[in-house]
Amino acid sequence: MSSAILRLEHLCKNYGALAVTEDVSLALRENELHAIIGPNGAGKTTLIHQISGLAPSDSGRILLDGKEITPLSMPERVHRGLVRSFQITSILPGFSVLENVALAVQAHEGSSFRFFGRAAAEKKLNEQAMAALAEVGLADRAARRAGLLSHGEKRQLELAIALAAKPKVLLLDEPLAGTGPEESEVLVALLRSLKGRITILLIEHDMDAVFSLADRISVLVYGQIIATGSPAEIRENRDVRVAYLGEEVV
Amino acid sequence: MEKAVTHIPETVAPPAFIRREGVPLILFALLLLAPFVARFFAESYLLALFSRTMIFAIAALSLDLILGYGALVSFGHAAFLGFGAYGVGILAAHGVSEASLQLPLALASSALFALVTGALSLRTKGVYFIMITLAFGQMAFFLAVSLAAYGGDDGMTLPSRSRLFGFDVLEDDRALYFLILLALLGSYLVSRAIVMSRFGRVIRGARENPQRMAAIGFPLFRYQLTMYVIAGTMCGLAGFLLANQTGFVSPAYMTWQRSGELIVMVVLGGLGSLHGAILGAAAFLLLEEWLSGFTEHWKMIFGPFLVLVVLFARGGLLGAFRRLGIGGAR
Ligand SMILES: Nc1ncnc2c1ncn2[C@@H]1O[C@H](COP(=O)(O)OP(=O)(O)OP(=O)(O)O)[C@@H](O)[C@H]1O
Ligand SMILES: [Mg+2]
Repeated sequence: MSSAILRLEHLCKNYGALAVTEDVSLALRENELHAIIGPNGAGKTTLIHQISGLAPSDSGRILLDGKEITPLSMPERVHRGLVRSFQITSILPGFSVLENVALAVQAHEGSSFRFFGRAAAEKKLNEQAMAALAEVGLADRAARRAGLLSHGEKRQLELAIALAAKPKVLLLDEPLAGTGPEESEVLVALLRSLKGRITILLIEHDMDAVFSLADRISVLVYGQIIATGSPAEIRENRDVRVAYLGEEVV
Repeated sequence: MEKAVTHIPETVAPPAFIRREGVPLILFALLLLAPFVARFFAESYLLALFSRTMIFAIAALSLDLILGYGALVSFGHAAFLGFGAYGVGILAAHGVSEASLQLPLALASSALFALVTGALSLRTKGVYFIMITLAFGQMAFFLAVSLAAYGGDDGMTLPSRSRLFGFDVLEDDRALYFLILLALLGSYLVSRAIVMSRFGRVIRGARENPQRMAAIGFPLFRYQLTMYVIAGTMCGLAGFLLANQTGFVSPAYMTWQRSGELIVMVVLGGLGSLHGAILGAAAFLLLEEWLSGFTEHWKMIFGPFLVLVVLFARGGLLGAFRRLGIGGAR
């Protein structure tokens, strides 16, 4: 068995009296695509917030590559290779598509405490940004204002931004949310192309996508992981079918 | 047969360069020519008025760096005018009128004040940031009031203007005018470079979506704090010039009303464009001067005017210009 690149140990988080994350432990293997599914309000986004450092955990530990990152801030985690996307599209709408990605490159290429020289004209940054845009199929939109993209294109852009950060582990919170069938087809193909190159933790409601993409699936219900296994195992799992897939099991 | 005219002449819209740089070019050309024209009128009055306008333009410009580009509503910016001015006044009171000593003190004390207050203020957001910067501004004001040795409440008159390496060239109003113009041009060009640089792009990104910027890997606090210090220092330069221009240093430079006026100047001219801040400062001070010639209740006219600009010319005066096809991109 390959070593765990991301390990969650007994993570907990409460919002007031509500236990949103309850003793979650999970180990992601290097380069696997691990999906987390669960009903609305199960605590999936909250878990991503905790792993990415956007929201602090009440207790438990997070280890990346064997090193504890629990006390680190979100930007610090990003520099260690832990990069996330958002359930609700989060881009810089007033910047060009290229600059959205170039900024992500800039965050990793040398210092940003440079006060002279036009950043938008830096070839090195723009070339890498273009490469990431080409990868997600947005190269022809590079000069457009990001706010003017279609919803599906914005989701592609978010992926390009995440990829430009050269992640070891990518946390994707419902990358297909709100996309039409054609848009989601593009994105699923893109995710498939990333498979095996980057470790991905994928949260997604689109079951067809999840079962076709994932190496393993964990099921989160009321803040607890009730099952982890291969897509086939999860499909057969009795608890999962009762608790989540909503079937009457006799 | 004649070829059909397919090309519409360029006169419809001004060329890109003029569209982009028109307003700053005209502004600086006017400021450069003003002293030569002023000769034929009330010279010393006009020089003083324009000098004062340029000084406040530097202050507004520096505020635009954090307010316009950083979306950080600082309500204590006038404090830096005070730090700059007292850098001149305090040394002058001890017989040191050398600019090469006064200016570093003015800038360093402004920078230090910005560093300390910024480090605390920037931990808060929104209304709390406004309140805490206001509170620090008031602290600086009352500190100045308490300086009995340096005039306290009343302030103090400077024995002379700053000397440049021993020479009293600045006693000449025109020389002072051109020094101020140079300072304004320098501040403007440096600010322009900063906002377009890597650093400035981080600040502009944080204005649009701080969470996205953090998720890309930028610890925003240290960038915003750096910008706060740059802005405070630049405003300290304005304070240094203000003390020289008025020959007087007083806590009145640091009132919260003055901080509010600086915000009004930036908003009036157009947020986040730099030359908008210069335009706003000029419009504010010249209108104030003009209207107060009619009535001491000039604010009764100025207030509604401001409301109209904010309501009908989104993006300030510059926004109005831009709709006419001149004035450039943000
Ligand atoms: N900041 C917050 N304060 C209080 N409660 C919160 C907060 N964020 C989330 N919750 C609650 O925590 C629970 C889990 O929310 P979360 O967004 O993590 O669910 P989710 O699994 O991502 O749901 P969805 O599938 O709808 O995206 C919900 O009951 C939600 O109302
Ligand atoms: Mg969610």
